[in-house]
Amino acid sequence: MAAHAEKIKPEPQHPLDALLRTDRMPHIWCPGCGIGTVFSSCLHAIIASNINIDTTVMVSGIGCSGRGAGYAKLDSFHTTHGRAIPFATGMKVANPDLTMIVFSGDGDLFAIGGNHFIHAARRNMDMTVICINNLNYGMTGGQAAATTPTYARTTTTPLGNPEGPFNLPYLAAASGATYVARWTMLHTRDVTESIEYCLTKKGFSFIEVLAPCPVNYGRRNKERSLDTLKLYQQKTIIKNGANPADVAIDFKKSVTLGVFVDTQRPTFTEMYQKICKKD
Amino acid sequence: MKNPAVLTGEHYLTGDEACAEGALAAGCLFFGGYPITPATEVAEHMSERLPEVGGTFIQMEDEIAAMASILGASWAGLKSMTSTSGPGFSLMMENIGLGICTETPCVVVNVQRAGPSTGLPTLGAQGDMMQARWGSHGHYEIIALAPSSPQEIFYQTIEAFNLSEKYRLPVLIMADEIIGHMSEKVIIPDAKKIKTFSRVKPKGRKDKFKPYETAADGIAPMPSAGDGYHVHITGLTHDERGYPAMTPEAQDVMMARIVNKIRNNLDDIIRTEQCMLEDAEIILVSYGSSARTAYAAVEDARREGIKVGLLRLITVWPFPEALVRKLADQARAFVTIEINLGQIHLEVQRCAGGKAEAVLVGHAGGAIIPPERVLDAIRNIIKK
Repeated sequence: MAAHAEKIKPEPQHPLDALLRTDRMPHIWCPGCGIGTVFSSCLHAIIASNINIDTTVMVSGIGCSGRGAGYAKLDSFHTTHGRAIPFATGMKVANPDLTMIVFSGDGDLFAIGGNHFIHAARRNMDMTVICINNLNYGMTGGQAAATTPTYARTTTTPLGNPEGPFNLPYLAAASGATYVARWTMLHTRDVTESIEYCLTKKGFSFIEVLAPCPVNYGRRNKERSLDTLKLYQQKTIIKNGANPADVAIDFKKSVTLGVFVDTQRPTFTEMYQKICKKD
Repeated sequence: MKNPAVLTGEHYLTGDEACAEGALAAGCLFFGGYPITPATEVAEHMSERLPEVGGTFIQMEDEIAAMASILGASWAGLKSMTSTSGPGFSLMMENIGLGICTETPCVVVNVQRAGPSTGLPTLGAQGDMMQARWGSHGHYEIIALAPSSPQEIFYQTIEAFNLSEKYRLPVLIMADEIIGHMSEKVIIPDAKKIKTFSRVKPKGRKDKFKPYETAADGIAPMPSAGDGYHVHITGLTHDERGYPAMTPEAQDVMMARIVNKIRNNLDDIIRTEQCMLEDAEIILVSYGSSARTAYAAVEDARREGIKVGLLRLITVWPFPEALVRKLADQARAFVTIEINLGQIHLEVQRCAGGKAEAVLVGHAGGAIIPPERVLDAIRNIIKK
């Protein structure tokens, strides 16, 4: 036994350890969950973008994705359900030098927090909003969300969902976001590149990332983890510049990915400076 | 030329305007708000004045967002404030709880109007006093002040910022429409004469820093986002590192800090005005606009030879329990005057402990209580 013990080498450092609260591992995310992959992309993007770690802040709401802030070794804030964006808004306005990342889920950002999302986009608040869309409320056991496809089964739509989902890029574009993209967590490099680009781009940036929730959503919709990943591979098509009105998710036909909006307009802080602080 | 933060001089201001000037004098540099009668003028005044002093006003999409924004701004290092009235105050409750749990300094002004629901938007009331105490879920201690004049709301707003920065919590100013819309002379002193307090910042090694490691006085130093401390702050029950800790033991430790930082400092926090209490047999208890009624009633009763005094609550929460218990030994009766149907009255009754009678002179809301009603109540007590 002793000889065996001597052979054990210290565990190698993970390349993201500098940005991880390793003392909080293991994380709460289930096997097969896609959030960790997106979180990892986000940390890689922070490193690649060369932004100042000390002035980079991650804000989350409530839910599985909302736990992201708790694992990032940044100034990180785990706020109330749906309120990550207005919390981040106050912080950004108070100190425009901060780089704001809002990392949260579809339920948090688009049901309870939907109003805050559209207004932050309208104001062009300078922040990057990453929405992990797993089509349901995972933390509470798999209820219907504002993103759940029609007919899908969840614990609150046991007979099938009678409602239709939001087309998030369309909503973001209509609200005034200056960057809008959609990827799946399988498109790791695209996700990382998008986030890296947005971290130094001024304005309200929105990145939707589809991610599987095999335990709660997949189980009730006859979709195993690997099935979801296969859908991400086989049913998606990348069309940069596609009209956001045309990118509603339909896994039976196809799901359009890509960067749909990448424009410039003055941010809230710039406009406030120009109009209210001029002299 | 731009106006300075402290507008030294004599002014004729509404309570709402005086509140805004008090905030600026205290060093407030961020206001996140949403219009609502009768508090709108606080926001309007801040929108005009904040850019002059290098601050920022933002009108948020609702009161939920307004409250969230001032917490975010506070963690970015600025003194921050919002103002509202009943319906908005209800919407702010969720994030007031986040402010309590994360120990975030900020000031929330409630210019009360009559409720429930939309109620009487343009008419005053004091019906949110218990909501101020218990409106957010879970158990906690809160600090709430009640101004009785535009001059007082100016000073109370400075005091509210000082208390919030010192004890790290949202501090509530429970004004009412009558005070908010009343115009009176307000004297703003020299800037040097205004005492302001700012949160204690941490010192020492950043990598060893724990955001909820309390100092000897029971309050933890507070860094700002961007200072390089890489703190994690959550509304979940957390340990001294700020990390979620899902155990009854962690809850016990966190709650003890949140509650005891107030309970152990009552003498520093509680302010009252005691008027003619030395020989008083009947003690009026009041606050805010209703205290103005109470003053008149004391004068009228004294003229009739009745020994009446006034305990005016400047700090309503924490309630001056020890003082009222002590006064119960001396008084024949307490008369609580408030524009609701019995809220602070319940506290007075509890602390009177059966030793003294506790009478309410209340009003459903929408009007100031006339002194005659108080005088009638006093005469009825004497008759017994």
